[in-house]
Amino acid sequence: MIGRDGVIRAFIVALFVVALELACRFGMISKFTIIPPSQMFASLLDILSSKAELSQIGTSLLNIFVAALLTTIIGFFLGIGVHAVPRLRAALDPLMVSYNALPLFAFYPLFILILGVGSPPIILMGVLLGLPSMMLATMNGLDCLPPVLSKVGSVYHMSPMSQALRLKLPAAAPYLFNGIRLAIAYAFIGVIASEFILSGSGIGFGVGFAYNSFDTRTMYGLILLVVILVAVINTLLHVWDRRLESRRTR
Amino acid sequence: MTSTIDRPVRVVSTDAAPSEDVHIAVKDVHRTYPARGGSGAIEALASVTFNLRRSEFFAVVGPSGCGKSSLLDLMAGLGRPSRGTITFEQRRIEGRVPDGVGIVFQEDASFAWLNVYDNIAFGLRRGGFDGAEIGRRVDHALRFMGLVDFAKAYPAQLSGGMRQRVCIARTLVMQPRVIFLDEPFGALDQQTRLLMGDELLRLWRETGASILLITHALDEAAMLADRIGIMSARPGRFIEIIETHWPRERTSEIVAERGFGAITARIWSSLRSESMKSMARR
Repeated sequence: MIGRDGVIRAFIVALFVVALELACRFGMISKFTIIPPSQMFASLLDILSSKAELSQIGTSLLNIFVAALLTTIIGFFLGIGVHAVPRLRAALDPLMVSYNALPLFAFYPLFILILGVGSPPIILMGVLLGLPSMMLATMNGLDCLPPVLSKVGSVYHMSPMSQALRLKLPAAAPYLFNGIRLAIAYAFIGVIASEFILSGSGIGFGVGFAYNSFDTRTMYGLILLVVILVAVINTLLHVWDRRLESRRTR
Repeated sequence: MTSTIDRPVRVVSTDAAPSEDVHIAVKDVHRTYPARGGSGAIEALASVTFNLRRSEFFAVVGPSGCGKSSLLDLMAGLGRPSRGTITFEQRRIEGRVPDGVGIVFQEDASFAWLNVYDNIAFGLRRGGFDGAEIGRRVDHALRFMGLVDFAKAYPAQLSGGMRQRVCIARTLVMQPRVIFLDEPFGALDQQTRLLMGDELLRLWRETGASILLITHALDEAAMLADRIGIMSARPGRFIEIIETHWPRERTSEIVAERGFGAITARIWSSLRSESMKSMARR
């Protein structure tokens, strides 16, 4: 059910959309810069009814899914590994902080040289962007595990693996969930931005191609698609997080 | 200030109970923690010997850092002594929590991701009990601990005292023969502690389990226990064991008994010097 916060949120978005529509319709914003939201929406409908475009969208979504999945899995296990070796963690901490300043997209041509064109370098970009966040989320989750959990596991004669799966993983779940949210967000950014730079397919490529062809209608239609996808996914994750949060707070 | 001692306080320096009455026997147990990060080895326990009798309520008091929790860990099978033996029902405890042992920890050990019902049922499900038996035991535990109205609630939605009740209920459903409690009410206010003490006594009477309670609160030990072991400063060992002779059917109202003050005074008279030693070390 939509709460009051959801209503206010929807109202703000609607207000923005209406303001933009009016600004475009009344010439306050040039149609060569931004088209009215209604035209963006119409363009989106055209895109979704085109088999060729749907295929491109499907390629991007698959790349995003694979990138998010790999980021989650690799980041999770790397986080566990680094957490288990405190000296390694201490050595990596300043590097991980500096990592965010790296212009990873500058390495994209190198990835193409190594992995070839197509999905692999795009997925790799998505993974590399989100990996530190998932690692940090995992390590934070493990840091916050109550030491008493291991003792409780011993009382129930649980093996280390059983304790990890039945006690530690659920206890760390809120932190891991945040890591997964970031993994999905960075997968979107990495995949679409990579497609925009140097790819021959996908949503990002479509945006770049439309831009270079001065086809602002298609360009904004695709941008709107990305915005809606991200908003829907984030809203679903937010709703799920709220349900979990209601169990964690009084 | 003089105190009227109406109830003779019996101090025992040896612990000679018939073997069939002994539930857990601790013989000459030492525990030394190895050196770590620049600090030397720490001798937590030195030559601890005593018997936990069947169905008795035994409280352990001592200054901070004297090894009370270390002793509980060893007796519960959560660690191994550096020297000495601990037997439970004539079987040696070797670094594994024996069947029939339940533990309630000082920290909140409730599972935040499970509701109260599922928390309590956790051990039963792991133990492979059938659904009907799980339901029967959990329902009984919920009624016994006054948690029926909170079966679907999550621990974060409960007060500290209620979360400890969940942990006690989770221990209770496994029908342990020995229950260890490591300062279970440490984080609670005094009134709640007294009421939880009543719950504990009720649990003890109903289950017939032997109970070992670690507590900092002298009045709590005096109220709840049949016998009170007073530990020295580190390395911990028992310097006195006091018998209270309270009737089994007792409640928190016992704090108004005339002998109650004598018992707490006796505990403090032994503990004071040890506590000062412990403070001087810090």
